[in-house]
Amino acid sequence: MKLPLTLRKLFRRRIVLIAAVCLGLVVMAALLANLITSFDPNETAVSQRLSAPNASHVLGTDELGRDLFARIAYGGRYSLAIAAMTAFGAIGLGTLLGLIAGFFRWLDTPIMRVVDAMMSFPDILLAIALVAILGPSMLNVVLALALVYTPRVARVVRASTLVVRELLFIEAARALGVSTARILWRHILPNLVSPILVQVSFIFAYAILAEAALSFLGVGVPPDIPTWGTMVAGSQQYAHQALWIVLFPGLAIILTALSLQLLGDGVRDLLDPRLKKSM
Amino acid sequence: MHLSASKPAPMRLDVRHLSTFFDTDEGLVRSVADVSFSIHAGKTTALVGESGSGKSVTSLTLMHLLSRTASIQVSGQALFTSRAGETMDLLALPESAMRRIRGNEIAMIFQEPMTSLNPVFTVGEQIAESVRLHLGLDRQAALQHARRMLELVEIPAAAQRLHEYPHQLSGGMRQRVMIALAMACNPTLLIADEPTTALDVTIQAQILELMRRLQLETGMSILFITHNLGVVAHHADEVAVMYAGRIVEAAPVHDLFAKPLHPYTQGLLACLPAQQRRREQAGLQDKSRRRLYAIRGQVSSPLAPPPGCAFEPRCDQATSVCRNAMPELQTDPEHAQRQVRCVLFPGTPAAATAGAHA
Repeated sequence: MKLPLTLRKLFRRRIVLIAAVCLGLVVMAALLANLITSFDPNETAVSQRLSAPNASHVLGTDELGRDLFARIAYGGRYSLAIAAMTAFGAIGLGTLLGLIAGFFRWLDTPIMRVVDAMMSFPDILLAIALVAILGPSMLNVVLALALVYTPRVARVVRASTLVVRELLFIEAARALGVSTARILWRHILPNLVSPILVQVSFIFAYAILAEAALSFLGVGVPPDIPTWGTMVAGSQQYAHQALWIVLFPGLAIILTALSLQLLGDGVRDLLDPRLKKSM
Repeated sequence: MHLSASKPAPMRLDVRHLSTFFDTDEGLVRSVADVSFSIHAGKTTALVGESGSGKSVTSLTLMHLLSRTASIQVSGQALFTSRAGETMDLLALPESAMRRIRGNEIAMIFQEPMTSLNPVFTVGEQIAESVRLHLGLDRQAALQHARRMLELVEIPAAAQRLHEYPHQLSGGMRQRVMIALAMACNPTLLIADEPTTALDVTIQAQILELMRRLQLETGMSILFITHNLGVVAHHADEVAVMYAGRIVEAAPVHDLFAKPLHPYTQGLLACLPAQQRRREQAGLQDKSRRRLYAIRGQVSSPLAPPPGCAFEPRCDQATSVCRNAMPELQTDPEHAQRQVRCVLFPGTPAAATAGAHA
């Protein structure tokens, strides 16, 4: 099987290839959780509690005897879904705001000052405040995180819009009688795909970390939903007797976030060679 | 080469007293001042002038394409006669009506073919967009039309080029695509803003030839904006020379080249290497002192225009009268189509006073 040239270029850097493979494995494990483990992630077995990794429980069990591997695999579904929805929401809203602020100069100041104000809060603090207002549920965590990351996207998109809107082909499009809405949608937006794509991977990674942090702090997803964050949070008091119950979900978080970051770096370097960092 | 037999072609565009002001932090800048010119159906009028003379601003004003972020004041009239024979004032049209005219009745090609095409769409899609917008064709029909347009502008293997992106084409090819794009809806007026400046000489000639052919075939009018007098001599019917936002001389092309009246036009023509060579051959100039003529000085700042004639500080023939007031644009009593803005010109009232002073 021959990969398209773009992908071959992307994977020319080994670290990017490794990141992509790791991410692929994590996603597969989450999607195929019901096939790769026969344990129910919520089935408790008090007699088996805190057992070390062994032949039947590959990664051991937690304080209620639930199989850790099953919980990580199923939890991945939630963690990845939350992160994906966050990235989707932040990109959607941020792109819209950035596009409008960059194109319509009179809306630039009002929009960007709000964006700046939001960015002046520490991410987690703002997310905690938003979840506190909205109430702890999975959807509200997504909503809060999406709002937290929207300013980032808005700034990147605005900056790129400012560049693209001055290019001659936009004037040429206008000289052909193309309407403003169509210029934004058909002529500017497609030229912003690369910076937006890079933001997607970074926000995905941030969202995984932020969801874990929120859950760890007890203001995230309700503890009955297994996410990597709630797993680390719920088991912290047992960490000194059973290191694995904190270690493995933590590793899942690190592996996923790191892979996404590296992949994002790779995509960025591919799309904009001038930014290439020597690694 | 006057075609005196045919009756004068109807007016396509009649610009009257067009002025464009920019409100800047340094004050109100008059970028285009009292510019009047006309383009007949099927004919070419050239706006000539150096950078900053206001020729591009003139065309952008006509198209309502000046950046909306700048504070602009426009006055005057631009009477445009559409395909259907309706006459309207472009400057008074609302944006929605203007959008139907742009690309449809009036099309524009730009100086930089490298950046005037959208890099993320194939050339076919870009031509098709305009066609779908104005002619209401569906996607397939629009692409068919785009292919015919590419063939019209003599792009080889048009069917294949249709699906290529701008970066896959050379500069000359891209300018051909731009022309195809502009011609796609069969415009009645083409505004060409230095269409060949960014191209190398052999390609320039091809593109100009192509534009001339298309003009003959479609009967469109062309407003040709350029600083290249060589191009003007070959392709224009009428010429308006602009200096510092004003028209200083307007004439049919042959009259202008045969006998330039304004010192600025005379200077521009003397700057041409071919003119230099002619003077040498005529023994008017010593070959050993071979230097290309250059008009001394620079265009005055629009923020601090000289009190009188804008060209006076650079003019070799300036007298004290020139500093008094901006001369009016005078029509030559012997030649109704010639106009000049200079006190030295005989019919000018100030010329009489100048004579009296001397």
